[in-house]
Amino acid sequence: MSPDLLKLIFGRLGLDSLPFHEPILVGTFAVVALGGVTLLAGLTYFRLWGYLWREWFTTVDHKRIGIMYMILGIVMLLRGFADALMMRAQQALAFGGSDGFLPAHHYDQVFTAHGVIMIFFVAMPLVTGLMNYVVPLQIGARDVSFPFLNNFSFWMTVGGAVLVMASLFIGEFARTGWLAYPPLSNIGYSPDVGVDYYIWALQVAGVGTTLSGINLICTIVKLRAPGMGLMRMPVFTWTSLCTNVLIVASFPVLTVVLALLSLDRYVGTNFFTNDFGGSPMMYVNLIWIWGHPEVYILALPAFGVFSEVTSTFSGKRLFGYTSMVYATVVITILSYLVWLHHFFTMGSGASVNSFFGITTMIISIPTGAKIFNWLFTMYRGRIRYELPMMWTIAFMLTFVLGGMTGVLLAVPPADFVLHNSLFLIAHFHNVIIGAVVFGAFAGINYWFPKAFGFKLDPFWGKMSFWFWVTGFYLAFMPLYVLGLMGVTRRLRVFDDPSLQIWFVIAAIGAVFVFIGILSMLMQFAVSFLRREQLKDVTGDPWDARTLEWATSSPPPDYNFAFTPVVHDNDAWWDMKKRGYQRPLTGFKPIHMPSSTGTGIILAGLATAMGFGLIWYMWWLAAVSFAAMLVVGIGHTFNYHRDFDIPADDVIRTEDARTKLLAGAK
Amino acid sequence: MTVAVNSSQTGEPVFYLADEHPHPEGYSTSLGFWIYLMSDCLIFAMLFAAFGVLGGNYAAGPAPKDLFDLDLVAVNTSMLLLSSITYGFAVLTMQQNKVGQTQMWLAITGLFGLAFIGIELTEFAHMIHEGATPQRSAFLSSFFTLVGTHGLHVSCGIIWLVTLMVQVQKFGLVEANRRRLMCLSMFWHFLDVVWIGVFTFVYLLGVLR
Repeated sequence: MSPDLLKLIFGRLGLDSLPFHEPILVGTFAVVALGGVTLLAGLTYFRLWGYLWREWFTTVDHKRIGIMYMILGIVMLLRGFADALMMRAQQALAFGGSDGFLPAHHYDQVFTAHGVIMIFFVAMPLVTGLMNYVVPLQIGARDVSFPFLNNFSFWMTVGGAVLVMASLFIGEFARTGWLAYPPLSNIGYSPDVGVDYYIWALQVAGVGTTLSGINLICTIVKLRAPGMGLMRMPVFTWTSLCTNVLIVASFPVLTVVLALLSLDRYVGTNFFTNDFGGSPMMYVNLIWIWGHPEVYILALPAFGVFSEVTSTFSGKRLFGYTSMVYATVVITILSYLVWLHHFFTMGSGASVNSFFGITTMIISIPTGAKIFNWLFTMYRGRIRYELPMMWTIAFMLTFVLGGMTGVLLAVPPADFVLHNSLFLIAHFHNVIIGAVVFGAFAGINYWFPKAFGFKLDPFWGKMSFWFWVTGFYLAFMPLYVLGLMGVTRRLRVFDDPSLQIWFVIAAIGAVFVFIGILSMLMQFAVSFLRREQLKDVTGDPWDARTLEWATSSPPPDYNFAFTPVVHDNDAWWDMKKRGYQRPLTGFKPIHMPSSTGTGIILAGLATAMGFGLIWYMWWLAAVSFAAMLVVGIGHTFNYHRDFDIPADDVIRTEDARTKLLAGAK
Repeated sequence: MTVAVNSSQTGEPVFYLADEHPHPEGYSTSLGFWIYLMSDCLIFAMLFAAFGVLGGNYAAGPAPKDLFDLDLVAVNTSMLLLSSITYGFAVLTMQQNKVGQTQMWLAITGLFGLAFIGIELTEFAHMIHEGATPQRSAFLSSFFTLVGTHGLHVSCGIIWLVTLMVQVQKFGLVEANRRRLMCLSMFWHFLDVVWIGVFTFVYLLGVLR
């Protein structure tokens, strides 16, 4: 074929785009391909494709979508953590004239991919998954407001993740750091596909995130059970509401800033260039106007988890419910007034820096109030140190430490010294791991029995817990020390041999965390094998307080046979206390949304369009875009998107539960 | 959420609704669409902000005074404003259940929209012909992006409008179609409001600058 025709079909994708020259990548590819082929062969052999398609891929059930988000988050955690291990190993080895084992070209992709994956494709799916699963149950709803949109949002997130993963083996990822600051990310300095992968992965996933934010806000505002006023909502629902408000009010900013960057790269405009009047610092401002709220998008739901867990495992009503709600709302608002603390060194002057330094410190007040609320909830409680509570205690200790270093960084003169140093890296891992990751694990251990009907194995859970927590301290305390010594972030090789010991300790910490992750996978496997011993038929294994525990585990498709009526905060606790009797008769048909494959098809087309744009395969981009229009508009011609679960089915499901409950007594 | 649920006649608390009616179809739609519009508004806010920062950076290239033809922009603005009025008529006739008239007003709205897009494209072509391309300066980059994004929205609105006309023709003014027409109405008026901002901040203030 002629080169022109090849270029028309494949754009800039050629055989040289495949990383045959990088032994690490070839090895990784071999392992991934082997695993992938085994998985696909297994699915085919056991004839699971039809089941997966009908029951999972096309489902609009918020519970299944929530579980799929969690699986996505955990799978991507393995990828993101592999990057972390490589960085820790590289930095521990690259001393005394050694170049380590990662060439600069590869190392720069590794640290960029690590940040992007951990934030967008680990933390976000874990948080969104928990909200998706729990919020409708907590408010006594049958599903979210827009079930089809929920399925579509999930698959768009997967599409973004697919693009990031594709960059590992087809071409390369950005070498710019996780926020891709121009001018480095502009076409002149990053002419290859790396930044384009970054842009389109985030754009595709970002559409999903924004839509799921709109969806959950509507769900919480419109679908609460009768009697559940705003000030009777569980705190997790409150933090979810605030998080989704933040999502809707910040992700469009990311969309715009990435769109402007792509215009600079594709069309040659001058938004963020150094010439023709462009302003690179405008990019930095805009992306942090999204970026700082993003921090709270991740943290607030975790705070919600800790509130539920603390109150359940202390056997007490949450201390200071009202102040907890107000603290959440105040954090939501303040998160928009601090973005400039990410670049005090921009040189905006003493007054501007003081303003943003002070607003940053003010955020620690509502956050501190929350910590005290949790402590007072525990005070004189009968605390049960089950796994969710252990993660919560670890969070409180770790997060307070991270918060204090954060207040330290909020002081502009101190920040001038510590900016872009490993002290900063230690700080934000301290808060993100301490809050978001520990929160997600607390949430997984807490709600797992609700989702699957059996508890998670405590032994491997404790193994995971202790390795994670000690591993975290071993890995990041040395970075504080190194940061104070002046070591900056993203370095590949070092000259000063006295620094090596700290990097070695940090690498050992990373290995501990690795064992923690493996223990968690082990915990899932062991729990599955021991599911008969760990079984819970009551639906309320922790003696908990909120409505999701009122129904069976796992809940039926319709969540509640009858919509619950709420009289108090901690509605389920109130029901138990006042002798609620589960209704045994009078079941009626239940109206539910139908499954549809449109979401996964649209998201697949969007991913193909992204791939076409990344590689300049214009025909692919145009065809997939046109197909998206056709499929999307075609979907609106379907006016029958609901069905009724017949009363007989409801009776059968509920009778089965009645028998189980009788057997349990 | 103000259902009277405190107790049944016996004074016992009621913990569930024995006789419940599902939420009507589209119960959350208008709220959801409003929130979507606000997120879209934020997209425009960011583009306005970018224009605010970069709008004076001509890079020794053409400035608004050299480029903008206010008469043409006035005609263009009137196209969009008129289309908003005619959409209002479409909604009024929809509420009286008159399918034919609704369709007629929708068609007129679409034609005004097309005229708006046509004039805008003519303006763009003229500017590019004169060398005032999006690549020429940061001012022009942000100008073309802001105005072009608005035009893209109007184009999407026209595609949506045609789709809805087909659906109204096929299925009549059923509840689902009324809801959709109301959503498009919000979208259409929203674009009108954004255009007022563009007209004022980009064109009028630009020429004054």
